[in-house]
Amino acid sequence: MNDARKHLLNVLVVLAGIVFIVKLFFIQVADNKYAQLADSNALLREVEYPVRGLIYDRHGELIVHNSPEYDLYVVVKDTHPFDSARFCHVFDMTREQLCLAFRELKMRKEYKPFKPTLFLKQLSNVDFAKIQDRLDELPGFFIQARTTRSYSTPSLANALGYVSEISKEQLARDSLKLYRQGDYIGQSGIEQFYEAELSGTRGVRFKLRNAKGIVQGSFNKGKFDTLSRPGLDLITGIDLKLQQYTELLMKGKAGSAVAIEPATGEILALVSGPSYDPGLLTGKDFSANFRLVSADTNKPLFNRALMAQYRPGSIFKIAQAMTALQQGVITPDTRIRCDRSVIACHGRHTNEDLRGAIANSCNPYFHQVFRRMIQKGKADDPFTDSHLGLAEWHAHIESFGFGKKLGVDLPNEKEGLIPTPRYYDKAYRSTAWKFSNIFSLSIGEGENLVVPLQMANFAATIANRGFFYTPHMVKAVGQDGKPLPQFLERHYTTIDSSFFNVAVDAMQEVVESGTASYRAKLQDIVICGKTGTVQNEPPLKDHAVFICFAPRENPKIAIAVYVEDAGFGGRAAASIASLMIEKYLLGETQRPLMEAYVLAGKFD
Amino acid sequence: MRRNEISNLDWVTILIYLMMVAMGWFNIYAVVYDEAAGRSIWDLGLNSGRQLIFIGASFIIIMVIVIMDLRFYEAFAYVGYGFIVILLVLVPVIGKEVGGNKAWLGIGSFGVQPSEFAKFITALAVAKYIATVGFKMDNFRNQAVLFFIIGLPMALILLQKDTGTALVFTSFILVFYREGMSPFLIILGVGAAVIFILTLLVPNQIYLYAGVAVIALVIILLGKKKAWRIAWVTLGACLISGVIASVDYVISDVLKPHQQNRIKALINPDADPLGYGWNVTQSKIAIGSGGFWGKGFLEGTQTKFDFVPEQSTDFIFCTIGEEHGWVGTFLVVSLFVALLLRIVHLAERQKNRFTRAYAYGVLVIFFFHFTINIGMTIGLFPVIGIPLPFFSYGGSSLWGFTVLLFVLLKLDSHRGEVLQRI
Repeated sequence: MNDARKHLLNVLVVLAGIVFIVKLFFIQVADNKYAQLADSNALLREVEYPVRGLIYDRHGELIVHNSPEYDLYVVVKDTHPFDSARFCHVFDMTREQLCLAFRELKMRKEYKPFKPTLFLKQLSNVDFAKIQDRLDELPGFFIQARTTRSYSTPSLANALGYVSEISKEQLARDSLKLYRQGDYIGQSGIEQFYEAELSGTRGVRFKLRNAKGIVQGSFNKGKFDTLSRPGLDLITGIDLKLQQYTELLMKGKAGSAVAIEPATGEILALVSGPSYDPGLLTGKDFSANFRLVSADTNKPLFNRALMAQYRPGSIFKIAQAMTALQQGVITPDTRIRCDRSVIACHGRHTNEDLRGAIANSCNPYFHQVFRRMIQKGKADDPFTDSHLGLAEWHAHIESFGFGKKLGVDLPNEKEGLIPTPRYYDKAYRSTAWKFSNIFSLSIGEGENLVVPLQMANFAATIANRGFFYTPHMVKAVGQDGKPLPQFLERHYTTIDSSFFNVAVDAMQEVVESGTASYRAKLQDIVICGKTGTVQNEPPLKDHAVFICFAPRENPKIAIAVYVEDAGFGGRAAASIASLMIEKYLLGETQRPLMEAYVLAGKFD
Repeated sequence: MRRNEISNLDWVTILIYLMMVAMGWFNIYAVVYDEAAGRSIWDLGLNSGRQLIFIGASFIIIMVIVIMDLRFYEAFAYVGYGFIVILLVLVPVIGKEVGGNKAWLGIGSFGVQPSEFAKFITALAVAKYIATVGFKMDNFRNQAVLFFIIGLPMALILLQKDTGTALVFTSFILVFYREGMSPFLIILGVGAAVIFILTLLVPNQIYLYAGVAVIALVIILLGKKKAWRIAWVTLGACLISGVIASVDYVISDVLKPHQQNRIKALINPDADPLGYGWNVTQSKIAIGSGGFWGKGFLEGTQTKFDFVPEQSTDFIFCTIGEEHGWVGTFLVVSLFVALLLRIVHLAERQKNRFTRAYAYGVLVIFFFHFTINIGMTIGLFPVIGIPLPFFSYGGSSLWGFTVLLFVLLKLDSHRGEVLQRI
């Protein structure tokens, strides 16, 4: 029995040893949670926020800049003794608000009592001046300055986008772990697309500290520290005067106006109406204002210039004409009778050639042209024939940048739609469709969808006689920089350059004696344009659309204007576009009556 | 004769002792080390420098112990016991206050804790009583005297509010068991402790009562259904239920608030990691962050920057864990296991009952310190402020353990002679 007891003691000792060693193995080797906790205990990560890049217009006019803003941080462990009465006095809070603020603070997931935690955010200059001197009476609290966006003009809201606190979803998607909760990030427009360039590189300094939070020196002699690099400035292609003027003209209207410099693809003006004041979505009142703006039934946050997909209407006839010439189904001299029994038409004309058909926007002419493209007689069966014809047609149309994203340097661009044979197979749930089912495409109605940016790019392509540069907002990344490389590349259409002269001639005629002759014509500048009137559900008025470029030779500006529910395209859209050209090329408009007509916005 | 005495000392134990003391010293330096200040391990202004003096003094104490006559210890046992009891009575009156407890006796700037030596003296007194001619472990009167011997210093130390050291005395029950006492008391104690902890872990006590009732029923139904047997099982079930019912009372009324919190911290350290969970949480972080190889000597951040409380004394094991990793903690735990097994071996080779009983006293004291101290740093036991032998900073504790161990070695070195004399 005594021997058993001797062994029992030995067993107890060995057992205790084994339990400890196993438990230690789990704590020390198997679980690295403790190592991380130790780092967060002793490592202080000081982040140096670089200044966000500024945004300029093409003439060096400042559009977006930074203004200082102050966040109040707290290290809860260091707040003793905490004088709540004094705090409430300094910050003008009630005791309940203070208690609530503390409770919310402690609920936060990242909350650690020995880590600096955001307590009050976005104190204004005025608040900061008030509390600055009294801050040393409140141990554990300190101010971190950061900058917030400020806007020198209420214009360009949708193109610029806004900057706000990073959301939980964005944080989860940030696989490189560049951002932390509470960081600010560009949320739409240029601010989002050029986030990497604008935000610069944050500097990080690692410091060791003791349990009281007192810094004990740099970690590993600063081996892991990085310097902050300020964000790059962006020079946009925007002409601020033109932008502001266009916004004025579009005021009270729904739609979009886009102007592009054809020789470079730089966007001169990008207007989406209705819009909002970008100054609303910055600073302390961001949340309240954002709720207002996003709940607005006019959808001011919806950037119509790239996101609204419209049927293009008669402006599409230019693309039809170019494609038909390239395919050889017509020549410029081909005359087709205006047979209004097939499709409705307007104006007085009977048997035009191509130029006349464009100038008068003759529907039966293009109905016939489209038939020739779709039904070439390559197959006996009319269904197969239509399939072959549409596929060939689609390839040409797509080369104008229709039906796909252009790749503008703004987020959320929409593709639009140019139907393919597959599209109709799906829509009809059969391959048994032919020209007679799809002829509305001929005049830009039917299933076609185009966004205003594509329309403006289309105008620029005609201005360039057959090629375009991808439209872009930013002409220089950094003060002496270049645009992004993809914006330096020419995209050619599948159409022979020589055919475009027919279109240019016809478009000049549109403005001088055709559908836009009264309002778009200018005395000293030759404008080439094309109107469109897109069918709308009665009793709403039709949508008005106009594309144009000027001057005819060596064009400086190409424009697309789309005004919803504004009736005949020769009125609302052509007037706005011609005023824009006047403003841009001459600096001033000399037609006060026309301006008043547009501003009144009746268009009857 | 002299040479013979020294060569008869158990050099395995001495080797382990020297390794532990040296490792303890280096780790105490690691705790106070400050790169910027650049003070050396010898600096007397630092704990490490002072610990070196304590170590030097221990060597003198060892020599005195070895030179002393063998019979002194047995003869001195009761006298020393009486003396230490008087000191323990006096401490609350004339002692000086250190860290809220009056446990120190000061002579000028020099202070000692009588409670550290009370363990040694009690071990001697227990051994001497067990070695008395005619002593029988199953005699109730003898048992009562033994419990009185350990109970008196324990009670006096409890009065000093040094619960940790007082609890060490309960470990003598293991000695009584080894010397022939019925295991009933131990089983009862361990059983109560298990039920106590279960009660804390299980949120709803109804399940426990139900469990007890079901087990009692099963025992009754499976065995012979005799009246006395049913009565015993029922009584046992009632007793267990009584323990369960007493838990809340003990926790909230018997234990002081800081002791309640230490129990709570053990059950769930994350409930209030900054309040009562701080010690355990930080201690585990420090040890856990060491990884397999550790951060390297003097490279620890947790222990150095004061995240762990009482780092050079009760929580010295954290420094080992952080700077030397699992390799280091494995080595230290192994050293203790080796030392304890060696003491069992020494105890078992004694022919003399006094030495044997004393050796077991030494064993259980070291065992208690080892398990409770390391257990609390890794969250297996509640925080009880007792040092890790030979590692923790402090003169009284180092000398107390040194005396305890080397008196055993001295007695052991004469084991042949004792036999001859009889």
